[in-house]
Amino acid sequence: MLQNCKDVTRENLLTEVASRLPLGYRFVTMTCVDLGDAFDVLYHFDKNYELSTLRLRLPKGETLPSVSGLVFAAVLVENEIKDLFGIAVTGLAIDYQGHFILADGAPTAPLLKNPPPPTAPAAEGAPKNG
Amino acid sequence: MARKSVIPFGPQHPVLPEPLHLRLVLEDERVVEALPSIGYIHRGLEKLAEQKDYIQDAFLVERTCGICSFIHALTYCQGIEALLKLEVPPRARYLRTVWSEMHRVHSHLLWLGLLADAFGFENLFMQAWRAREEVVDLMEVTAGARIMLGMCCVGGVRRDLTDEQLAAVLKSMDKLNRQFDDLIPVILKDYSVQQRLRGVGRISRETAYERGAVGPVARASGVARDFRETGYAAYGELGFVPVVETEGDCYARMEVRLAELYQCLHLVRAAVRKMPSGPISVTPKGNPDGEYVSRTEQPRGEVVYYLKGNGGKNLDRLRIRTPTFANIAPLLAMLPGCELADVPVIVLSIDPCISCTER
Repeated sequence: MLQNCKDVTRENLLTEVASRLPLGYRFVTMTCVDLGDAFDVLYHFDKNYELSTLRLRLPKGETLPSVSGLVFAAVLVENEIKDLFGIAVTGLAIDYQGHFILADGAPTAPLLKNPPPPTAPAAEGAPKNG
Repeated sequence: MARKSVIPFGPQHPVLPEPLHLRLVLEDERVVEALPSIGYIHRGLEKLAEQKDYIQDAFLVERTCGICSFIHALTYCQGIEALLKLEVPPRARYLRTVWSEMHRVHSHLLWLGLLADAFGFENLFMQAWRAREEVVDLMEVTAGARIMLGMCCVGGVRRDLTDEQLAAVLKSMDKLNRQFDDLIPVILKDYSVQQRLRGVGRISRETAYERGAVGPVARASGVARDFRETGYAAYGELGFVPVVETEGDCYARMEVRLAELYQCLHLVRAAVRKMPSGPISVTPKGNPDGEYVSRTEQPRGEVVYYLKGNGGKNLDRLRIRTPTFANIAPLLAMLPGCELADVPVIVLSIDPCISCTER
């Protein structure tokens, strides 16, 4: 398992993130993992080359609160997670409306273990394989 | 009163080797806001990695980037080796360091040529790329390929270097050193270069840190942070110290990379001279199980690999955070206040690599 990993909830996520910043932690990135009935959303921070991670277990269908109001650098990866896993992220500093990394006609939430079947025909001219 | 306008910069632009789109809000010629868009070359590489086994993935992740490919494979392999509790032989660690630094030299020279091209210094562009040929040729001599070396594998490296090849490496380092001596002082003192880069696209140390800047972008703003300091591969035995500048502008970012070119030569020489004898790989046993975050320093900065194995031969999840992805947020802090004509230079000053950013 990951070293320096702390479990958080949707309720205390923002507080936990905010408490790390004055201590000199630098936001590194986020990772989302599809667990089947839930997601693991990991927030990675670094201080003096030591990685510290917050782990949020997010049941499928629930919304993910954005931390981009606290850490602007998170806004891009939050949009990417929204695109690739189909998670609704609330409070994004910049919301690309699901078109940050996926083009029109691309598969929906392709990084899910069982992605939903396409609901609409691909846009004209779009690559068939996404 | 200033006239406000919105213009697109990219995705197709003469200075951009890869597609990046910026929506620029201008007041007259001055940028007041920039909004990035990517997604033109997303390949779904992380999904594909789940369908290959963990041995094949070493070669897949090398294709993440056409510039710093070897270090992608190295980062991945170090992560898998940590999950398998596999100890890599010392000679393999040194060979990995040699090829990593060769890649850094070719990447920084490639960037220098592109930057020179962006502000119309065609002669510098040609000189930089001519020097780059030397190290690309050297990679071909030592690995049989110019960029996609395919040398890093789980457990070590795939090919050893003979004493003659190691001597050829040292000879090439001397030749590159002479070329840098001819080229770098001229670049640093050139009036036009200073006019185009000094004071342009400046970000403070605090902003760079808060926005998660990595690599030369962070180090040019005084953030003394280079993952090689942690001593992975053979760096812990080569006396590595990061190159740091403090001005935080495009010129400082160039200074960091130019100083790192000399540093790369030093590291390669030191690694070759200290090269231990012995095996170059161990055979992996079992399958990866558990989670691990592997990090190394690429030419553009820290790269992050999250690996999750389930005891099978395929990974549950492979996530890659490339340095350019981390440097987009700092880029958005560099652009407001600059002139439109400086946008190409500022964008290139982060050395953007979009294909690995989108994966």
